[in-house]
Amino acid sequence: MNLDDYSLLRAAEIAVGVRAGQVSADAVVKASFDRACDIGAGSDNLNIVLAAADEAGRAECESLTEKRNSGKDLGLLAGVPVVIKDNIASLGLPTTCGSKILEGYVSPFEATVVTRLRSHGAIVVAKTNMDEFAMGSSTENSAFGPTRNPVDVRCVPGGSSGGSAAAVAAGITPIALGSETGGSVRQPAAFCGVVGVKPTYGRVSRYGLVAFASSLDQIGVLGRTVDDAALGLEVIAGFDRLDSTSSDADVPIYRMSALGVPAPEARNPDTELLRIGRSAVPLPPPPDSKTLEGVVIGKPKEYFPDSLDASVRDVCERSLEKFREMGAVVRDISLARSPLAIPVYYIIAPAEASSNLARFDGVRYGLRVDSPLGLKGMYEETRSRGFGAEVTRRILLGTYVLSAGYYDAYYKKAQAVRRLIAEDFTAAFSSGVNAIFTPTTPTPAFHIGAISDPYEMYLNDIFTVTANLAGVPAMSVPIGRVRRLPVGGQIICAHFDEYTMFRVAYALEAALGAEAHQ
Amino acid sequence: MAVTREDVLHIAQLARLGVTSERADELTRELSAILAHMEVLSQVDTAGAEVTSTVGAEGTPLRPDAGTVPGLSAPLETVAPAMRDGFFIVPRLATHEDAAGIENRA
Repeated sequence: MNLDDYSLLRAAEIAVGVRAGQVSADAVVKASFDRACDIGAGSDNLNIVLAAADEAGRAECESLTEKRNSGKDLGLLAGVPVVIKDNIASLGLPTTCGSKILEGYVSPFEATVVTRLRSHGAIVVAKTNMDEFAMGSSTENSAFGPTRNPVDVRCVPGGSSGGSAAAVAAGITPIALGSETGGSVRQPAAFCGVVGVKPTYGRVSRYGLVAFASSLDQIGVLGRTVDDAALGLEVIAGFDRLDSTSSDADVPIYRMSALGVPAPEARNPDTELLRIGRSAVPLPPPPDSKTLEGVVIGKPKEYFPDSLDASVRDVCERSLEKFREMGAVVRDISLARSPLAIPVYYIIAPAEASSNLARFDGVRYGLRVDSPLGLKGMYEETRSRGFGAEVTRRILLGTYVLSAGYYDAYYKKAQAVRRLIAEDFTAAFSSGVNAIFTPTTPTPAFHIGAISDPYEMYLNDIFTVTANLAGVPAMSVPIGRVRRLPVGGQIICAHFDEYTMFRVAYALEAALGAEAHQ
Repeated sequence: MAVTREDVLHIAQLARLGVTSERADELTRELSAILAHMEVLSQVDTAGAEVTSTVGAEGTPLRPDAGTVPGLSAPLETVAPAMRDGFFIVPRLATHEDAAGIENRA
């Protein structure tokens, strides 16, 4: 099997092959690592990778082989290479958050999600580039240079999880971890033509995720296919005593059979089909047009404004037509307060960031720049030299809206409007809507350097921030191309109903087939 | 409402960020432009709307009031800029200009 074969395999296919002894974990991981270094590393390449784990990966592969030889369970992700966004702590590799202030920092503890991936046999091959402290929508704000979009290297991959999305799109790994505060998994997934999932707030432990805005942050999964993302979320979801915001609600099996129906047997390796050298379109077509019979899809008018790119609208309409063909009812709805989401988000998120990022002061970890002005001078020198322009801007914005005289007018008001935005979603789901469908972004990926105005950049998140503000799950699925660039369709569901979200996503992916990438 | 240069310098001090004079002018323009987009919120009727800082169907669950911090794989000395005898070393507070002011007032 050559390198390209591995880069096209679904995670489940790799895991089944490794568990059955038909695929060498060592070979898969080496291929992934080589691909990461060949095309992913360095600012003259795609600049996806900030650090790679060659020797550690090999040691983990050897451990897998020993486990297999002794008859032990290898896990759902046996031998599956994964990459991790660089704001998620991992033992043995730096965790820089794309910032000079944490350059070279190696965490002495590991995020729960990474531990869970490893416990299921996944091999961490690299940490990925990102907008500094996850503040950005293009990965141009990284202190280590911008990441390029593998689909078109002139374009940004989106952000802030741009490195993770680009790694999946470039065939480095089938699964990547990212993080979301306002769309930082879904927006780059849409720009790179891969699947991106933001789970319900509380669905996934955030222990080990460097905090940005604590009432919004969630760790998410990027996958080459819906199945990859579903498998990844199954492994990382669930209660964690180390995160007081994690939910103890049961984690269902998100993966579906090829028929688009729940597949409780999906955990049984014997029922999973190993197909080596398959085509790039992973799932077979749906068996009939009734896959979504009884499902009500909401189409909110606020997400299809007159100003929406006509080509993006057309691609979305094609998906809506597929839903109808599969028996779903598409219902026009209104989420009237959603247009207020950007102002609300850009008050609440910087406010929380200004508090969370106070910990980077040169005392306990990271950069320290000494000053003749003593402790205060050291704080100021360290932070002003360590933080980039966007992080500085947001810390100041957050400090301003929390300061005396402005707290009520900005922060308190934004919290009240946030409640109204969330109530719109509750009302929609209470009215019988099972899932909401929107474009993930107003446009496809833009060129590197094309947007310099901060607020114009913020508007990239206009369709994604609402799910973070409301705490509901949402995901982006490739639904076509516009001017040769990928377009994502967003599926939003009620709290903890990732099950329905994946059901709709599986059906849409199967119905679109190759059209999803045309 | 527009942000003034004095506002920027004040909040920079609160946030412990060193800001040069030139950068303060840029930030004044940038923050004013961003905040102008937030003014739309003042027009929204939020009477009766609960001010919320949490989201989700379940709220934040309580955990037992017991230590749950796991061990570290490496000593803090490996990540701290300066440590001695288990303590973080910081510059002398006596050279802190605010502290100097407090001493003078005393």
